[in-house]
Amino acid sequence: MSAVLSAPPRVGALFLASPKAMISSAVALILILSALCAPWIAPHDPFALGSFSLMDSELPPVWSEGGDPRFLLGTDTQGRDVLSAILYGMRVSLLVGFAAVAISAAVGTLFGLVAGFRGGWLDAVLMRLADVILSFPTILIALLVSGIARGLLPDTRQEDYAVLVLILAIAINEWTQYARTVRGQTLVEASLDYVKAARLSGLGDGRILARHILPNVLSPVIVIATINLALAVLAEATLSFLGVGMPATQPSLGTLIRIGNENLFSGVWWVVVFPALTLVLLVLSVNLFGDWLRDALNPRSE
Amino acid sequence: MTRTRLALTSAALALAAGAASAETLRWANAGDVLTLDPYAHTESFTSSFLHHIYEPLVRRDAELKFEPALATAWEVVEPTRVRFTLREGVVFHDGSAFNADDVVASIARLIHPDARARGNLSSVSGAEKVSDTVVDLVLKAPDPLLLNKLSGVFIMDAEWLAANGATQPGNTTTGVVTYASDHANGTGPFKLESRQPDALTVLVANQAWWDAPAGNITRIAFTPIGSDATRVSALLSGEVDVITPAPLQDAQRLEAADGVTPLQNPSLRTIMLGMPHTDTLNADPDADANPVQDVRVREALWRAIDMDAIKTKIMRGNARIAGSIIAPQIAGYEAGTDVKPAYDPDAAQALLEEAGFGDGFTMGLDCPNDRYINDEEICLAIAGMWTRIGVAVDLTTQTKGNHFPKVDRGETDAYMIGWATLPAMDGFSPLNALLATRSDDWGGNNPNGYSNPRMDELAVAASMEVDETKRIAMIREAMAIAREEIAYIPLHQQPLSWAVRDGVQVIQFPDNYFRAWHYTVNGS
Amino acid sequence: MARFLIKRLGQAVLVILAVGLLSFLMVRTVGDPVQSMVREDATVAERAALRARLGLDDPVPIQFAKYLGRAMQGDFGISYRNQRPVAEMIVERLPATLELVLVATVLALAIGIPLGVITAIRPRGPLANGVQAVSLVGVSTPTFVTGILLILLFAVTLRWLPSFGRGETVELGWWSTGFLTLSGWRALLLPSLTLALFQMTLIMRLVRAEMIEILQSDYIRFARARGLPQHDIHYRLALKNALMPVLTITGMQIGGLIAFAIVTETVFQWPGMGLLFIQAVQFADVPVMAAYLMFVGLVFVALNALVDVTYAVVDPRLRTGGAA
Repeated sequence: MSAVLSAPPRVGALFLASPKAMISSAVALILILSALCAPWIAPHDPFALGSFSLMDSELPPVWSEGGDPRFLLGTDTQGRDVLSAILYGMRVSLLVGFAAVAISAAVGTLFGLVAGFRGGWLDAVLMRLADVILSFPTILIALLVSGIARGLLPDTRQEDYAVLVLILAIAINEWTQYARTVRGQTLVEASLDYVKAARLSGLGDGRILARHILPNVLSPVIVIATINLALAVLAEATLSFLGVGMPATQPSLGTLIRIGNENLFSGVWWVVVFPALTLVLLVLSVNLFGDWLRDALNPRSE
Repeated sequence: MTRTRLALTSAALALAAGAASAETLRWANAGDVLTLDPYAHTESFTSSFLHHIYEPLVRRDAELKFEPALATAWEVVEPTRVRFTLREGVVFHDGSAFNADDVVASIARLIHPDARARGNLSSVSGAEKVSDTVVDLVLKAPDPLLLNKLSGVFIMDAEWLAANGATQPGNTTTGVVTYASDHANGTGPFKLESRQPDALTVLVANQAWWDAPAGNITRIAFTPIGSDATRVSALLSGEVDVITPAPLQDAQRLEAADGVTPLQNPSLRTIMLGMPHTDTLNADPDADANPVQDVRVREALWRAIDMDAIKTKIMRGNARIAGSIIAPQIAGYEAGTDVKPAYDPDAAQALLEEAGFGDGFTMGLDCPNDRYINDEEICLAIAGMWTRIGVAVDLTTQTKGNHFPKVDRGETDAYMIGWATLPAMDGFSPLNALLATRSDDWGGNNPNGYSNPRMDELAVAASMEVDETKRIAMIREAMAIAREEIAYIPLHQQPLSWAVRDGVQVIQFPDNYFRAWHYTVNGS
Repeated sequence: MARFLIKRLGQAVLVILAVGLLSFLMVRTVGDPVQSMVREDATVAERAALRARLGLDDPVPIQFAKYLGRAMQGDFGISYRNQRPVAEMIVERLPATLELVLVATVLALAIGIPLGVITAIRPRGPLANGVQAVSLVGVSTPTFVTGILLILLFAVTLRWLPSFGRGETVELGWWSTGFLTLSGWRALLLPSLTLALFQMTLIMRLVRAEMIEILQSDYIRFARARGLPQHDIHYRLALKNALMPVLTITGMQIGGLIAFAIVTETVFQWPGMGLLFIQAVQFADVPVMAAYLMFVGLVFVALNALVDVTYAVVDPRLRTGGAA
């Protein structure tokens, strides 16, 4: 994100000139803000166990026959307000997504730069470490992290560490993608004459990496990061599907889709359709914005 | 690869043939058969499947009463010696005759220290051949439940075991792998034709069966389909004839769909909540006392649960609300102790007040999310109901592989558990496992400190009482104590939920056994 | 090149050992197998006896040493769940998973690369926008939902394709293949499409990103100035150069696909290794889990080494400087 802040002023002008960028960022921003403000704008608190009643379960959206004005988008099988559950669920999903992407992109880029630039044993160790990590399905890493978390924090409640487990599990798995891609790109850049010249002129490695190589490897990092934000949210949903995700008491968007998915045949469509639409909208807007950002940041475009 | 063998697996062909021949039953179940070795597992579904291939000495009839199978008569010669007369003219699927040697070899194989299922016949020390058609079972102590246990003990062929080096049961630790794991030779109504684990197992009718099948099935094509939605889809698309189980929430859709019917019936499995009887609660270890030790608090927790709402909303009307931890079909059941206190949150709050916990307290509730029907949903609802009477609930729902070990280690407060008393179908099972004080040999599933000396006396006495009237009285007394003390909070008997294609007639036995020789298929 | 290969091989062995240790530690945290191995009403004594027999009371390092010793000899033990040799079970499931992954990879490449090229050549055209939007919606839906939706459409509503299983298989020695029968191919379609969807989008986006960048580079401008045909510029110069990262990612993702097949195999009851693994997790079947992880690790390490070598061949610049 620091790249955005330090980007040349022309990015601002480009932004104002692109309807795609403005619309997608506006949608993403609205979704993110409404998730952040969920406690104030959501009509109900879906995480408060005593606040909803089974008697209200499976009410359809308010415009359908039998809808209840208290529940705009209807209720789920527990009687939870779907709209509130989506707003709160998005908070959880975004927290997991952003944190996992931030950690994995930072660690992966750093490792990739160092491995590609320094080469030698450091490169071998980092890349083989990546091999080891990539050999494990995310679900297994999630199981391991959650097993260790349980061991280290035996008295804490499940909800407290579930988020942490998910973030770590996804980040541990995904930094390798950045590392390998950045490494490949760094190898190419480092072999170019201007970098060789900079090296010969006695410029420090850190400066060469930051000034010359980092900007040039950033484009694939942003491509992967935007895809990975979506991926992280989906990975969370998949982990829930396989039984190691957010608990049903604190559902994320993914958990809502998983639970809704069980009702796919039963006609209670609003339980799965609205969370899924929200997820798609969120991922789509973030991706479109990421696309635009990549083009705008690319020093070689124009 | 010089020796390339081209062989279409005939089983797969049969399945792919689309419209099945009139008497084929295409059956999809949520899980696969674990093994074909009847002594190497303890899972009731696998037993149910293997019952098609293998048979016990005594079996359950359509009303689940005992009836002769491979044994035609039995008598107690001494308290610790029971004499069985064997059926004559029975042959195994490979053509060899059934006789006393087979029973002796089977019993020896089952009680071998390496056999996974040896606990199923722990009271027997061996079998002795009297003649070709007479066998004595020698007991360590009189066992009132011997027939119950034997109804789950399938008889294997001594010659076949010896010829294939399978006399010893397979075992993970000793590294013994047995031929019987993926081959089978029984006396039952169906023969094994082919087996591909997790894909397809085909059985064909045994024309030489000593009994006459009540149904008309000549071939069973069995496929496990783990995903609920896929299993329902396979039925809707006409790829299978019967699915076990069918998700309750899909019943409406199945009802509405052409050509398929959902089926529901009560089962023997009682779903209940285990209570913490220990001195402190895991959720609040620093508190001076455990409020749940007070029976008034346990009653308050029970009264706070709106079972009618759970039944209509979560179970879609398909459950039998329970007041006892055993179902009506189980020996030892008594309607008088099957009484649930009425749902009344105000009374529950008053009871908490009376017990000195009017301000509430914090406790944990642990549930599996993939073991019982809608288990997670039920626990979420209960957690909400308890919260409303002022009990702060720390709810954990997780996969059964994590849930049950946690329960066993005593790390839970309240927890969900289901008990079907299978294979014995007898009240002694919960008395022994859930109600007796935990020790090496008793209370194996009573990890949270429930203890009552009278209960322990009853358990020991009932285990040896051969007078059925006295034994039943003991179990009834135990169930009455359990109800009075609210040792567990019973919730309901969960339903059996299947679905069939039109033209398929099945019987849903309460023990959830699939007995295809009672079923019929008409061409569609 | 020989030195490079030997070095790479040595590293691969170390990786396998690390995977072995990690997978062993991992499966120890997953659950308690004893609970699912005994009768419902087993006594405390029965459970303790079983635990001791399984060696679960030994200290973890001793358990690992024993395990590694046996694994070296190709003995991965016996499944707790159904008491068959684990090596045999893995080999039995191998063809199903590999065929699924192979078809998925081919699908992803065959659809992903052309779409990437189209969207790169006219990045602002309606076709490019349409393709991108559809693909984004596609990857924004969790695999298990996509799978079920495909089943609902093609199996339940249209009844064109089967909803589960592999169809007819043909035995070629120990390898059972679905490639030689019509029903085998029909059964492959939905699961492989589901599995390929994500990778397809990734490939498309990568090709697009790389192509756009390359098309703006000086030597393409030079080629245009020289009057080379558009077609040659796009496909011979640009695409060829864009393929390097695509190769890397695709190669890396094959290992990932094998792992990701867990979900697809669960949804479609595809009798492969992923299904075996998820059942093992549910049962805490330690030997099967450990062997599966070792195997996936092995495939992964082999693929990675292969990608590294291909890398060196495709881009000669790397052969001298980066091959270490």
